[in-house]
Amino acid sequence: MTTNKIPASAGGRIDETTGTETVGHEWDGIEELNTPLPRWWLYTFYATILFAIGYMVLYPAWPLLDRATAGTLGWTSRGDLAAQMRAADAARAGTVAKIAATPIEALPADPQLMQTAVAGGAAAFKVNCVQCHGAGAAGSPGYPNLNDDDWIWGGTLTEIEYTLTHGIRWDAAAETRSNFMPPFAGSFDAAQQSALAAHVLSLSGKAKASAAGAQMFADNCAACHGAGGEGLPAMGGPALNDAIWLYGGTAADVKAQILKPRHGVMPAWQGRLDPVTIKMLAAYVHARGGGQDPAPAAPATPETEAAKVAAK
Amino acid sequence: MADADELERPAPPPAPPARDWAAALGAPSPEPEAGFLGSALYEAGRTVHNKRIDGPFRRFKWAVMVITLTIYYATPWLRWDRGPYAPDQAVLVDLANRRFYMFDIEIWPHEFYFVAGLLIMAGIGLFLVTSAVGRAWCGYACPQTVWTDLFQHVDRFFDGDRNARARLDKAPWGVAKTTRRLAKWAVYLAIAFWTGGAWIMYFADAPTLTYDFWHGTADPIAYATVAILTGTTFWLGGFMREQVCIYMCPWPRIQTAMLDEKSLIVTYKDWRGEARGSLKKAAKNPAKYGDCIDCQLCVAVCPTGIDIREGQQIGCITCGLCIDACDRVMKETGRPRGLIDYATLDQCKAEAAGAPAQPAWKALLRPRTFIYFGVWVAIGAGLLFALGTRTHTDLTVAPDRNPPFMLLKDGSVRNAYTLRLRNMEARPREMDLTLEGLPAGAVMWTEAVSLENAAPAQTMTVDANATMVLRAYVMLPPGTEGDDDGIPFTFRLTSRDEQRESDAQATTFAMPEDD
Repeated sequence: MTTNKIPASAGGRIDETTGTETVGHEWDGIEELNTPLPRWWLYTFYATILFAIGYMVLYPAWPLLDRATAGTLGWTSRGDLAAQMRAADAARAGTVAKIAATPIEALPADPQLMQTAVAGGAAAFKVNCVQCHGAGAAGSPGYPNLNDDDWIWGGTLTEIEYTLTHGIRWDAAAETRSNFMPPFAGSFDAAQQSALAAHVLSLSGKAKASAAGAQMFADNCAACHGAGGEGLPAMGGPALNDAIWLYGGTAADVKAQILKPRHGVMPAWQGRLDPVTIKMLAAYVHARGGGQDPAPAAPATPETEAAKVAAK
Repeated sequence: MADADELERPAPPPAPPARDWAAALGAPSPEPEAGFLGSALYEAGRTVHNKRIDGPFRRFKWAVMVITLTIYYATPWLRWDRGPYAPDQAVLVDLANRRFYMFDIEIWPHEFYFVAGLLIMAGIGLFLVTSAVGRAWCGYACPQTVWTDLFQHVDRFFDGDRNARARLDKAPWGVAKTTRRLAKWAVYLAIAFWTGGAWIMYFADAPTLTYDFWHGTADPIAYATVAILTGTTFWLGGFMREQVCIYMCPWPRIQTAMLDEKSLIVTYKDWRGEARGSLKKAAKNPAKYGDCIDCQLCVAVCPTGIDIREGQQIGCITCGLCIDACDRVMKETGRPRGLIDYATLDQCKAEAAGAPAQPAWKALLRPRTFIYFGVWVAIGAGLLFALGTRTHTDLTVAPDRNPPFMLLKDGSVRNAYTLRLRNMEARPREMDLTLEGLPAGAVMWTEAVSLENAAPAQTMTVDANATMVLRAYVMLPPGTEGDDDGIPFTFRLTSRDEQRESDAQATTFAMPEDD
């Protein structure tokens, strides 16, 4: 065997074992056989080259220092994303318009629309609300839990939507929900403080009742918190007779809140979020398990109340 | 493989220069055409004009073709009554609704392991078949083989047998040739279109889709699929044919690694056939020549255009047509059949050494085939068992993790769960959802059933063939004893019909820390 044989087609030799011509390459006695691909395969290969050239002309291809060549079609992945977002918006437009046209109290009447609103609210909640209220809307000390059935400012759809729209103690909003608990530091001595705190805790059965505390409560607190501590949602007076304590439920916590009350602030979302998003957020918060139904439109007469009691 | 080949033929006779039979038969020259570097850039195309042959293997191929094509074209039209809530097509891959129907079996996406199991069985089945009977799949059942065979019969119908086709190929294009070619290609196209059209019927109700298809109202995907499959069938079956097996398909490569000297292959018994010589030569000098009379009939009938006498090769799909051809010649010349035959390399070696010929089926009896068969049967039995014991009611429970529990105003504790109630029957069913293992006073309500109607058990109707996603609240009264680990309990779903199917899912009721 000799090295550097000339190609078979130019007079090279045929390999005896296989009957195939050699290409003329030889390495340490190992020769390369000439087994060319079929013609269609070769042409397919040429076609891929042509495709690649066409692609490089039409689409972004060559990297430059700070960008890539644009391509004659002007296609960009950002533009593609924007087009997809527009398409998604267009696909949602009907539902959005429907929610916009539906008063929030009428949403539950259309379960399909309500479900859509809750889903949309869940998405908006993750962006705008979880910072204070937590991912599961469970809140934390000082930040209300939205899953339970305790509503300082009312838990119907309409009330939640109002709170979202105008905020709480948000000075920039004219119609914001606002109230103020005066600090009682200096008004009571230590014994009085303990008596009042004990009475507050006794409203939910957590401490023994205190006559002195009850008197002080009636004088100072009942106006906003109700005679029995049942709260006054209309003016944001928190209920004190339940198991839920925004700022803690020990005697020390209660005392601290009496002496130097803390006041939470929630921003008004009007202007930051569109009305449909606010509506969907209200639906989502209402659907977390503790949402309240609006009271019957007609004021209950004594007879019907009595009938209800009798039925029970 | 190469080793076995070497063992079997320690002193191979000098092989004839490759493909010189083609020149002898007047086929187009297979010599590579010279490229610009003086060497060949590609191998010139060469059309296989296989000769008609009759015999046991040809008839077997006919039978397989009729059976497989009938199954393929007719299956979507079989009906199977499943009641008003499910389609009545016997075999249907309902991608839109994510259901797979096969006669009495309905597979849901969460049961995809059945499909995975079938695919594994198909894979091991190919191993089994390969270890037992070599490339039988390639030779008889592969769609590429079946459709190539079909298209070659179309060739024969329009252009005549081998020699007439080769002549027509070389003939200049005139009115007669053009007409014939157009007619033949029209039949190709019709078969291809029918093939592509049959495919989409598996994915939608066949009569409806057929009506929609011809009225132009079917989904664009249906038209695109038919167009693509028509094109590929026309191209692969009408023109590419054996090129698919030799250049495109990975399976021949895998099989060459799986065959051993105990696998059945179609083989030429060279110790009996060599040296080759015509009848005249052999008559003059019987001692010098073997049984092969070098009539080239085995080459002429081969659908992939190979010469089996060159030994095992990737182009051999083991269809057995050369056995039919050679047996006929051996009979006509008064020699024993089986010069080309199904045999293992070991059998060939033994025969060459003088042992009597073994029946081919004895090659099946060996541990490898039994092990493959055992695994294959075990998977099949497992799937059948799973199919037989599955219920059509299913429940999954996902407790809310954030927050895990909720303290309510009156001191009671509420947990929320996302339930998935699955009704796999083709009718709506009433189901009872109950709580097991919670302290007295535990109540449950859902989005649909408000708090006022909270009760220890709820009843709901789950739609036919549907999964109902439900958010359920469970509440324990104030003062219930519990610790940080929560209270383990079970949701149970029971169908209210006579089947009384039931599924239970264990979960936990989370409690606040004691303070």
